[in-house]
Amino acid sequence: MQIFLPIADISVNMFLLLGIGGVVGFLSGLFGVGGGFLITPLLFFIGIPPAIAVATGANQVVASSVSGVLAQLKRKAVDFPMGFVLLAGGMVGSASGVWVFARLTAAGQVDLFVQLSYVLFLGLIGLTMFWESVIALRRTRKPGAPIRRSHTHNWVHGLPFKMKFRASGLYISVLPPLAVGALVGFLAAIMGVGGGFIMVPAMIYLLGMPTKVVIGTSLFQIIFVTAFTTVMHAVTANTVDMMLAVLLIFGGVIGAQIGAAVSGRLKAEQLRILLSLLVLGVAFKIALDLLLRPSELYTIAPGLLP
Amino acid sequence: MIRAALLFCLFALPAAASTEDIVAGLSQNRVSITADFEGSEILIYGAVRRTAPAPEGQLHVIITVEGPATPVTVRRKERTAGIWINRESVQIASAPSFYAIATTGRLKEILSETENLRHQITIPRAIRAVGISQQAANAPEFLEALIRVRESENRYRLNERSVQFTQSTLFRSDVVLPANLTEGLYRVRIFLTRDGQVVDKIERQINVRKEGLERFLFNLSRDQPLIYGLLSLLIAVVAGYGASAAFRLFKR
Repeated sequence: MQIFLPIADISVNMFLLLGIGGVVGFLSGLFGVGGGFLITPLLFFIGIPPAIAVATGANQVVASSVSGVLAQLKRKAVDFPMGFVLLAGGMVGSASGVWVFARLTAAGQVDLFVQLSYVLFLGLIGLTMFWESVIALRRTRKPGAPIRRSHTHNWVHGLPFKMKFRASGLYISVLPPLAVGALVGFLAAIMGVGGGFIMVPAMIYLLGMPTKVVIGTSLFQIIFVTAFTTVMHAVTANTVDMMLAVLLIFGGVIGAQIGAAVSGRLKAEQLRILLSLLVLGVAFKIALDLLLRPSELYTIAPGLLP
Repeated sequence: MIRAALLFCLFALPAAASTEDIVAGLSQNRVSITADFEGSEILIYGAVRRTAPAPEGQLHVIITVEGPATPVTVRRKERTAGIWINRESVQIASAPSFYAIATTGRLKEILSETENLRHQITIPRAIRAVGISQQAANAPEFLEALIRVRESENRYRLNERSVQFTQSTLFRSDVVLPANLTEGLYRVRIFLTRDGQVVDKIERQINVRKEGLERFLFNLSRDQPLIYGLLSLLIAVVAGYGASAAFRLFKR
């Protein structure tokens, strides 16, 4: 059944959108990732204009993060002061991202920039994830291997403006969390993702936060940054398609709950390898689009009168 | 004043000299884009009314349907550092978002170049591309690309000999409007030609509008973008909360 998207101005199969939302939601429930980094490129592939895919992707991440953070709140696994510091950085990053996005749209280079960001970050994450799971798989087969210490003192602890984060058991400068927040906010605006894939490793390895509060705190920050990004895109460029978002969210929340329910019963490490291969596959497809000669060299965009 | 009088003569003369004119109708003069819009087909029909016996020469019908025009930017990709990047661009002042031509014969044979120039009938004539040659060295290629891309999207179409014309009197043609339609007033023009000269022409309009939810969402996003953005958020939060609450109930 075809459905007409009022903002994207195209007609798309409704079940295809529900399916994309469902599959990505399932994966996000299974692995505890936001799913924005899969939904936005999939929207490119089915012909949604990049600007609309990015803005609507951010809206979808709000829904999946709200769904996820509720469970974390119950476990008291959210470090609110840390969340607010990350958020402050996130707002700045997101606002500048939206600004850069509008500039690039005007210059006709936004597609390229979004695609390059995806190739870079998906490639990076895919490789890291693949590597980590291979190591983890080996460790489970060979007991007695050295375990990495999570909390080590490094240059981060020498910076000024220190603050106490009780839930994380940290006394560190606010500058690194601000910077991490800003980077993630920027990516949210440019790529339509939550940025959990950058934030979670940064919180563990750079800030030295204990793993038990990392997921909840990052989800907390992601909700507000993607919410802010959605509104910014809606106001500056009118690129949020509510009809598209509702279909993706509807498929997504159902898929996420099923994924979360299934995740307990499956072997996480092997699945993680599969996810990393999927992520690498998407990165590879986008890279190929950039490298191969396109069948049509010309593109048409709405223009302004000179 | 003199210019107006001249213009009047220019248009009045052929019409006054003609003994044939068009009577025509459309199967519908409104198209509603609703959520399940999959395109639409419009029947354009009519007849030639004569006040005297038909003169010598074969009579032909040309029908054009033209969507609202907007300025467009055409960009060309070039390989730079191994990847394909948008480089040169050309601004085109005005190009119709939709343009379909249906005729009874080969357009080249039934329409002279001067008449085409006057009435702007063919696709390249319908696009107003003034001063593009200053913008890029090979500007005409950009114009060709615009037409090629829009033809592949079914936005521009030339269907020669698709108008049925019975006994040089009754004509009918179906024009398919695709699903990716831009809203606005669509201009339908019907020309009657003989030996390349336009004998008579009439104009009708089709009003294409988003309706219902589509209309509401589109207007809200343009008129009240902040409220629209907040509403999108509200939906996301409610859906996220609702889903986890529903599944918790379900599990119990």
